[in-house]
Order: sequence, then C-alpha cells, then structure tokens
Amino acid sequence: MNMNVGAETFERASEAQGYSSAGRLERVLRSGQFAVTAELAPPDAANPEEVYARARVFDGYVDGLNATDGSGANCHMSSVAMCALLSREGYETVMQISCRDRNRIAIQGDVLGGAALGIHNILCLTGDGVQVGDHPEAKPVFDLDSMSLLETVARLRDKHAFASGRKLSDPPRVFLGAAENPFVPPFDFRPHRLAKKIAAGAQFIQTQYCFDLPRFRTFMARSRDLGLLDKCFILPGVGPLASARTAEWMRKNVPGIHIPDAIIKRLEGAKDQKAEGRNICIELIQQLKEIEGVSGVHVMAHRQESSVADIIERSGVLGDREPWTPSREPALEREYA
Amino acid sequence: MYSVRLWAARHARWFELTYRAFEPVIVKLHPLWKAVGYQRAERPMGKLEKLSKGLLFDCQMCGQCILSSTGMSCSMNCPKTMRNGPCGGVMQNGNCEVYPEKRCVWVEAWEGSRKMKEGDAIQVVQLPVDHRLEGSSSWLRVAREASARKYGDKEASR
Repeated sequence: MNMNVGAETFERASEAQGYSSAGRLERVLRSGQFAVTAELAPPDAANPEEVYARARVFDGYVDGLNATDGSGANCHMSSVAMCALLSREGYETVMQISCRDRNRIAIQGDVLGGAALGIHNILCLTGDGVQVGDHPEAKPVFDLDSMSLLETVARLRDKHAFASGRKLSDPPRVFLGAAENPFVPPFDFRPHRLAKKIAAGAQFIQTQYCFDLPRFRTFMARSRDLGLLDKCFILPGVGPLASARTAEWMRKNVPGIHIPDAIIKRLEGAKDQKAEGRNICIELIQQLKEIEGVSGVHVMAHRQESSVADIIERSGVLGDREPWTPSREPALEREYA
Repeated sequence: MYSVRLWAARHARWFELTYRAFEPVIVKLHPLWKAVGYQRAERPMGKLEKLSKGLLFDCQMCGQCILSSTGMSCSMNCPKTMRNGPCGGVMQNGNCEVYPEKRCVWVEAWEGSRKMKEGDAIQVVQLPVDHRLEGSSSWLRVAREASARKYGDKEASR
C-alpha cells in the first residue's frame, strides 16, 4: 500500500520535472550518462521462461531492452507481450511498433495497453516489407508510416486524444523513440528526415548498424548544423559480426545494412573471425562514444546475445556505473509484487 | 508508366510551374463546379485526373495529392506507402528493397525536390492518409477547400 503511494508521488514528481515517462532509460539519458540498450530476440514459443532467459544474459549491462515487433517480417512472440512479461520483473523495455502488421486502430490500442502494463518506451518503426520474412504471402498493412506513427503516439500522450480526436482519460506516459539509417541513400535527405522525426515527436533515436564511421560522422555533423543534437538522444546501432561470410551475407541479403569492404577484409584476415568481430564492435563503440551528440549505443547482437556483456565490459563505456537489474533490488521487487 | 514517372520527377521544376498555373484555374472554376455540383463533377474530374496523373506519375488516386511536397514522385508508389521519407531499407544504389530493380520512390523524391523552388515542402510532416478519400479527385478537393476559405465555411459543406 505504502509502495503504491510512493510510486504515485514519484510519477507526479517526474511529470513536474518535464519527464515524459516514469522509465529509467529516459533518466539515464537525461542525466547525461552513456546509455546502452540491446535488442532482445523474441522466442518462437508461448513460454515466459524463454523471454526471461533471453533477457537475463544482459543483466547489469544495459539500460533498456528492445523487444522487436516481427523483425525481418518473421513471426515471433509479440513485442507488447514480451515487454509486459519483462516489465513485471522490473526490466526497462523498449516496445518496438512496426506499421507493417497493424492499422492505426490496433496500434493505438496496443500503445494504451502497453503503457498500462508498465512499458515506458516505444520505438516507432515503419517495418520491413513482408517479402523478406517467412510469410511473404501476408498482406502488408502500412496504414501509418514511422513518422505518422510517432505523431499519433505523441498525440495520445500530449494531447490526450486518439487520431480521431476522441479524448482519453489517462494518457500513456511513454518516452518516444524512432529509428534512422544514415548509411543508405538518399544521404543528403537523412538529416532532414531526422529533423522531421523530431518534429513528429521522436525523443531518442536508435540507428541501423553502424560500420561506417566516416559516413556516420558526416550525418552527425549535418544534424548538428540543423540544430538537432540538443533535441534528441542518438544511440547508434552496433553489433558483433560472426565472420566475414556472415557479414557478406548480411550486406547482400538484409535490407539497409551497409558494411564497408575494409571491415570484411579485416575479418577475413583474422585467425579467429568471431573474436575479431567482437573486437571491431568494441572499437566502434569506443569511437562512437567520442562523437559529439552520441548519447549511447544500441547493441544488436543477433545470435550472439551472450557476448554483449563482455563487449560492453571490455569497451569500458559504462565506467563504474552498473545499470539497474531485477536482481539488484530483489527485496523491492517482492514488495511491489 | 515507370519510365515516365522517373522522367516526371526529374523535371519536377517544370511540373511545379505547370501546377502553379493550373491550380488557380481549377479554383476559379468554383462557380462551375458549384453549378454542376461537386458530387456530379467528381466522376469526370476524377477520371481526367486519373488519366493524366496516372500517365505522368503512376498516380494511385489517394485523393489527397502531395506531389508538390514529394519532388513530383508519387509516394503512394512506395510499397510501404511512406509519405514522409524513405525507409531504412534503401539499397546502396538507391533502389527499393522490395523491388530491387526499381528506383526508391523517395530517392527520386529528394532529387526532384532539390530542383523545385518550393521543394523544402518535403520537410513538412504529412499526416496519415485518409482512406475514405481514395479514388476521389484531389483537384476538386483543392477547389472546394480554397473556395471554402474564400467564401466562408457555408459553401464548404455543399
């Protein structure tokens, strides 16, 4: 009972300080600390333990877990369910919403439901086309695009209204994110597109895999010139490449991934390609941290999730900070439950 | 037609000028549309619009044309019908992830917008499509809305 009163006061206090959410990710970013988020692979199972096991490998190294929404247009457990399960355990989650599978009625319902279940962060995406996934025969919805999705969720939160104008009684208190890919054409448009996303409501950005630092630096410099760097937190995407062959396959087959030849050559020349992939990832994280306007990194370690803790540890980007984990405050968790 | 569509976006400046001359005419014809009835004018005008814009831009008749904000490259030809910019899946050669043999609609849009005088309209956030307007004439809607602003709201409902 007491805890509930405390939580309410906390929420009110945070509202007064201009926070959009009651989440930890927003607090870490706003306090100027280097944040780490990671992508969580959703299970192909109706089993909560699968979700917890996948989350646990990141314990103590990340400030937020992104639950993907049918990424690569493949069918998995839904992002709202994954986030709800993880939030119960106290994890900070980022619910990804893609426009590919649901129209505006379904999406707005999920935003309200997700926020009610304790989700503090939402990442608004357009989504991959159905042709790349395991159900190419499905109907692509794309009723909204990432930009109008941002605008729609921001309206729910700030204007307390659905896209139709109908009012809600309790708005979803969420920190709003969007994706950007500075590594694919039209390059000159990309910073302007970031400006558009910020205008539509984006507060943080997680980018596609960054393997090309010069291109990323150009993007950041242009964004700075447009005055965008004080208006949102940018977390470039990183991840370890398993081998030169995987890298070659990825850049050929996964839309939007750009890997320069130099990276592939370096992997080819290494004795232990997997270890070299991790080394490259660590170096990239360290170099990215030095770029003006970079507030953290978003780690996407597909099928190498267990290596993330080691990568973050060795990169040293967290300093002596240990991100919150459920195990850190077990007593509190029990009292909440 | 695909090649005509590409050609149109590459001559975005010219189409911008043409439309700028054309729009006032459509708006000035408001008395005619009113006399005929906007409802009744809808079919022939819709057909004419579909024919001409279909030929030039592969227009999909969304009924809320934003060609002026998209470098004269119709964003409804994007397989994800993105109205606010390219997705993250554009290929390094500027082609589409869904149709790898075709140019990304938004790569064309950005280039087209750079040729236009008011191409910066590409930076304005577009709201979601109103699917009720699909198949209707954008031109008549422009005329109706412009006259509504001019003559007050009374006329707008007619």
